[in-house]
Amino acid sequence: MIGTGVWERLRAHRASWWCILFLGAVAIASLAAPLLPLPSPSALALQDEPAPPVPPWRELVRHGFRPEFADLSWTDARLTELRGRVFGDLQTAPWLGTDAKGRDLLARVVFGSRTSILAALAATLASLAIGVLFGAVAGLAGPRVDNLMMRTVDALQSLPFVFLVIFVIGIVNAYRAELSDRFGIDRETVFYLVIGAVSWLTMARVVRGQVLVLRNAAFVEAARVAGASPARILARHVLPNVLPVVVVTLTLTIPTVMLTEAFLSFLGLGIEPPKMSWGILAADGIEAINPIRIAWWLVAAPAVAMGSVLFALNVLGDGLRDALDPRTRRS
Amino acid sequence: MIRFLARRLVWFAATLLAVVTLSFFLMRAVRGGPFDAERRLDPTIERNLRARYHLDWPLWKQLAAYLGPINLDAHGARAVGGDGTRVFAGVLAGDFGPSLAYRDQTVGDLLRESLPISLALGSLALLGAVAVGLAAGVVSAVRRGTPLDAVLRVVATVFLALPSFVVASVLVILLAFAWPLFPVAGFGTWRHLVLPALALGAPIAANVARLARTGMLETLGQDFVRTARAKGLPERIVILRHALPGALLPVASYLGPAAAGVLTGSLVVERIFAIPGAGSHFVNSALNRDYTLAMGVTIVYCAIVYALNTLVDVFHRLLDPRVAAEGA
Repeated sequence: MIGTGVWERLRAHRASWWCILFLGAVAIASLAAPLLPLPSPSALALQDEPAPPVPPWRELVRHGFRPEFADLSWTDARLTELRGRVFGDLQTAPWLGTDAKGRDLLARVVFGSRTSILAALAATLASLAIGVLFGAVAGLAGPRVDNLMMRTVDALQSLPFVFLVIFVIGIVNAYRAELSDRFGIDRETVFYLVIGAVSWLTMARVVRGQVLVLRNAAFVEAARVAGASPARILARHVLPNVLPVVVVTLTLTIPTVMLTEAFLSFLGLGIEPPKMSWGILAADGIEAINPIRIAWWLVAAPAVAMGSVLFALNVLGDGLRDALDPRTRRS
Repeated sequence: MIRFLARRLVWFAATLLAVVTLSFFLMRAVRGGPFDAERRLDPTIERNLRARYHLDWPLWKQLAAYLGPINLDAHGARAVGGDGTRVFAGVLAGDFGPSLAYRDQTVGDLLRESLPISLALGSLALLGAVAVGLAAGVVSAVRRGTPLDAVLRVVATVFLALPSFVVASVLVILLAFAWPLFPVAGFGTWRHLVLPALALGAPIAANVARLARTGMLETLGQDFVRTARAKGLPERIVILRHALPGALLPVASYLGPAAAGVLTGSLVVERIFAIPGAGSHFVNSALNRDYTLAMGVTIVYCAIVYALNTLVDVFHRLLDPRVAAEGA
């Protein structure tokens, strides 16, 4: 179980604790993005070239907020309204600069983080729903079924998945009109589904390994002898003990998925403008590199955002693994 | 060992067949075909085009013809290659058919031109990454707890967190524009390969460094290392001759995923640096619905990764007798 002790150990691990705080702040900023006094991420101000950053100590805020958004969900619209009441037309100065179309980079980075979070969410759900179940069944089912199931995972894992994902997305692209007309699925939903569909493999493997160990553990044996049904054994005895490895695997899966999302969006195969993603921002930044004028902030902003979040996730994953691993408990 | 290899081969064939079949039906299920243009084609021309690529056949027949060298045509003529002279031999014979977007070339032609470039870039990145990563990992483990170790670990974690396109753009800004050491993009000389190889190899090197450090620390704590030290062997010999082989095992088993990572990363890196490799072809083919080309690259890359994975497993068995014993 993730019981007492783990939390304390995690807090004691200074780096992990800072990472949790940082990631929490990022998550809150991302969810409450319309509430923050940022300029609108899609409000255009036509100009010839990207405007360089204005540091906050030079100019803190400006007037002239225009609530221009590409499309807003119901909650986001309410949040924007609330923001208008609180801050009026006040907005932050372009602390990170703007792109060539005059859109504020800070706002775009903050709003772009939502895409990463959605991708992470899709992967988390798929890992939990498919991966844990698949692994648990394989671990409990007995050697023959187990062998078949795990060889399937092996076979899938040995494929370079991004190629298949791109292939599928290329095909979905051709179908997008139909999909949205007939099933009400837009391309992004498909994108998240595909990302989820390929991110559960590691989870299945790890869970199966843990279940195999637990299967032969004395207390599970005792439950079986006492006449507990397989479902009960699974729910009450096996799953709680699988939880730590699940958590650790998740913290290690999420950064890879965020990378995949950014990667595909960068190639123009994931999220599409006017929606934002760190991958798209990076692609824009690279496009803007030219020998005459280097708009470095266009590259630096998404790079630092992505780098810091992924770095924090990796450090947190390592910290969690150390905290949950009974072998390292003494240290 | 032979049984093991045979089993791997069977699984590989089954997997690839499943992938090919699935993607074949997926791509045929798409209504908007590759011959849709802004201008509507004359119905006769369209019919002829479809007949030439055998898009008018029933699906199972198309699949069979795509897979193998089976002659299914009533007139004894199979679909021909892009130049109109060669006979299409089927995927099993290593022929992926005509490219749908580059009408004058077959997928085979395109791959023959582009694959060597991608492989050169990929192997350069992989070898460099393993060399740098191993060195960093070993130094880090040997100097455990020192500032050097801390710095190396932080650097490794940072590079693990940065996507290759970010590394690539920073490299371009620094080493091509700010300090023009290397060409910005394109392909031709070895200098063109340096920046892309660095961008591709960075995350791999970071991973190798972490794995090597962990493996090294584990072996350094073993009894035989203590024995070697107790014998009075110089520290250099203890580390290189006795401890290093143990640390190599986790690195070796990472090489398969690393190769997959390099191939994946090459999609982005080849695009950024405008390198005419298979990766750029693949991305373009996905964007302009060149299904045969996309399929060809997918199959070839799957085969490469699978072969490397198997090779790694073979090495693993040779290096570590325990593996061979437990997984028959």
